[in-house]
Amino acid sequence: MAITEFEQANSIACPLIQCLSFCHALKINTIAEQEPFMDDSLQSNIKKKSAFKTGIKAGLPIVIGYFPIALAFGILSKTTGITLLESIMFSSIVYAGASQFMALTMIAMATGTLGIVLTTFLVNFRHFLMSASISGKIKSKKISILPLIAFGITDETFSVASFSKERLVPGFMIGLELAAYLSWNTGTAAGYLLGSTLPESIQASMGIALYAMFIALVTPMAKKSLKIASLVILSGIVNSLVERFASVPRGWGIIIAIMSVSILGVFIFNDEEAKEL
Amino acid sequence: MNRIYLIIAGMAAATYIPRLLPFTLLKNRSPSKYLDRFLKLIPYTALGALILPGIFTAVPDMPIAGITGGAVALAICFVRGGTILPIFGAILTSYIIIAL
Repeated sequence: MAITEFEQANSIACPLIQCLSFCHALKINTIAEQEPFMDDSLQSNIKKKSAFKTGIKAGLPIVIGYFPIALAFGILSKTTGITLLESIMFSSIVYAGASQFMALTMIAMATGTLGIVLTTFLVNFRHFLMSASISGKIKSKKISILPLIAFGITDETFSVASFSKERLVPGFMIGLELAAYLSWNTGTAAGYLLGSTLPESIQASMGIALYAMFIALVTPMAKKSLKIASLVILSGIVNSLVERFASVPRGWGIIIAIMSVSILGVFIFNDEEAKEL
Repeated sequence: MNRIYLIIAGMAAATYIPRLLPFTLLKNRSPSKYLDRFLKLIPYTALGALILPGIFTAVPDMPIAGITGGAVALAICFVRGGTILPIFGAILTSYIIIAL
């Protein structure tokens, strides 16, 4: 009787103990599985944040270069007679640098809407080549972020990102592009509202800022390889000649230069050198 | 509708579509060796064409100020590297030449 009682008790307790120990094991397992998982997501959060910050820092030269130009756009748009809201919409929705100035000129000359839009398309088509070059380098699992990254592609963000040593993760790209975008838009609003630029000689001298940035970006690689240096200079010469002598729409000198010199470059680099690009 | 809004909408589309298309066309496709090389060369040729001939008119009323500023940026790049220092060196140089 005692034995059967014990057996009975055991038969009830055993599954309980087994269950408990199973739960315990399960708990340990889940913790063991969860901890590194949490660690990973924490790490990736930190990585995301630091990539974003690194991107903003990388955008600093663009912030400096954009602001005085955007100021000038704000002032000019006021004198053209468009409203503050329209001026800001140009900078925030179109966001297209030189073609915004061209649009103001064409509005003042009473050019037709279609003419303005077509000119803009021709002038900005170079970004097709830049997006094509950079889209393959962007490391992103989330496809939904790509249209936003594409919106922020300008001559300057493309240049900084292309020559950056950072991995082109979305955090970095968004940080870089946001810094540039905010500079362009605050500059526009400030120019329109304040109606005055920086002192004239400072404003004029800051026109060199973005060119200095382009030089600073391309020089380190050009220093290392004579072939690269030659391609950079040749492309500049082709663009200069086309703009000076050929009657192509504005903005197509750069497209012709990029296409022709890059195709030439495909044949003058061997596989080993191409890896360094 | 206000004509300016129509212009803004049209310009926005004309600017955004060329920026966006390559992202949708080239995603999940590995380009051939030569196309890949072509795409990798674009930053170099683009920068060359962005610098020349624009730098000659960077300071519209005084081309020499832009050219000298660019030369100083190049010199600083060769000696020190970096991005911010060449930019400020170039701005300062242009400023001095304009002020002279």
